[in-house]
Amino acid sequence: MTTPMIKFEDVTKRYGDLTVLDSLNLEVAPYEKVAIIGPSGSGKTTVLRMLMTLERIDGGVIYVDGEPLTHMRKNGSLVPADRRYLRRMRGNIGMVFQHFNLFPHMTSLKNCMEAPIHVLGLSKREAEERAAELLDMVGLADKMDHYPSQLSGGQRQRVAIARALAMRPKVMLFDEVTSALDPELVGEVLNVIRKLGEQHNLTMLMVTHQMGFAKEFADRVCFFYDGNIAEQGKPEVIFSDPKEERTRQFLSAVLEAS
Amino acid sequence: MFWDWNYAWEILPTLMRASVVTIQATLLGFLLAAILGLVLAIARMSRTVWISVPTAAAVEFIRSTPVLIQIFFIFFVFPEFGLVLPAMTAGVIALGLHYGAYCSEVYRAGLENVPKGQWEASIALNLNPFITYRDIIIPQAIPPVVPALGNYLVALFKETPLLSAIAVLELMQTAKILGSQSFRYVEPITLVGAFFLIMSLVAAALIRQVEAWLNRTLRIGAGR
Repeated sequence: MTTPMIKFEDVTKRYGDLTVLDSLNLEVAPYEKVAIIGPSGSGKTTVLRMLMTLERIDGGVIYVDGEPLTHMRKNGSLVPADRRYLRRMRGNIGMVFQHFNLFPHMTSLKNCMEAPIHVLGLSKREAEERAAELLDMVGLADKMDHYPSQLSGGQRQRVAIARALAMRPKVMLFDEVTSALDPELVGEVLNVIRKLGEQHNLTMLMVTHQMGFAKEFADRVCFFYDGNIAEQGKPEVIFSDPKEERTRQFLSAVLEAS
Repeated sequence: MFWDWNYAWEILPTLMRASVVTIQATLLGFLLAAILGLVLAIARMSRTVWISVPTAAAVEFIRSTPVLIQIFFIFFVFPEFGLVLPAMTAGVIALGLHYGAYCSEVYRAGLENVPKGQWEASIALNLNPFITYRDIIIPQAIPPVVPALGNYLVALFKETPLLSAIAVLELMQTAKILGSQSFRYVEPITLVGAFFLIMSLVAAALIRQVEAWLNRTLRIGAGR
């Protein structure tokens, strides 16, 4: 069996008394596309934030490409990772946020060049070529010199996708990337993600409320409930024949709303 | 006659020369305050308690003691420890230190107003803390606080007469000397007051211009 690209081993996360993730076990194969759905507060965004090392881990170990992410091996045992190790591991992962988080004082092009220059050590020209290529790929070749405030929400989110891809990650995390968008702008962002799925050798995890997209795009759907995976499987099974009552309730509530 | 125009004209060149010293002290003091303030603000936000707590204590200490005492301390007490500074240097350091503490609070407000998402995006892109501050956080934190910093520039300018207490030949000290030579205080002191009034008004107008320009630039930078 191949090494999973991502592996959560009994991962626990607490905020004070509140347990957000309760010894979660999850494996994602290389190039697999996993959609994470579930009610708010079920811990689904926390899964992505922990992978991006934006949150501390309270228990268990996360592995990326066979290597521990939050810990490092020392004399045969696992100890909490230091900054240097974290920085090295983080390079495997890219993330796109619900609220874009573009750098407002930089053009689209500069947004995509900043990290390749300062983290990967690319020359200005190499970084510019790479950024231009990616902005072209997300359909924004004519918006390279625009500032985020001059772009629509959908365009901003596509810049954010290009910016994350410029770091050549193995894993891409999408955290409710269409939730902050006006309905008519959702399609253009989903199309870019669809295109990524076809063209790039990427492992993708997405937290989403777009059930239609999850059904069509994902290899697997994980339904989160109360800090753990309540049910998972192929999208056609989860969406048409869920085993769990909680999954059925959630899906019917979501479908009713839309 | 209460006001002697001839005498006023006579001392004007001397006062103008002294005003150069006043402006020098202002600009050098503020340059120090602006740099020191930023360093203190970043140090105070450090997650390392050994850095943040002593910095916070130092800022509170400096802000809670009169600048005149700080000037005296640096000029008269430091030599006891072997550090003898010229009056102008001691004065500039004292003003820079004092206003640096005030500026650090302004910078801190600016830094804290940068949305959390900007830090998270920087982590996600693996930028190191130095690059994150230099390229992402500071460029967004400073423009909104420039007007507040400008107010401290004017305030510092108006405190420079305190340097006359350690005999820096700035405007006030020069006016005092002129007065003691001629026994006429009306003209020198009034002229000095008028100079501060005019310069403060000019500075305030400039700050408004900068503010308007920033508002236009910030509108471009509003979207994330």
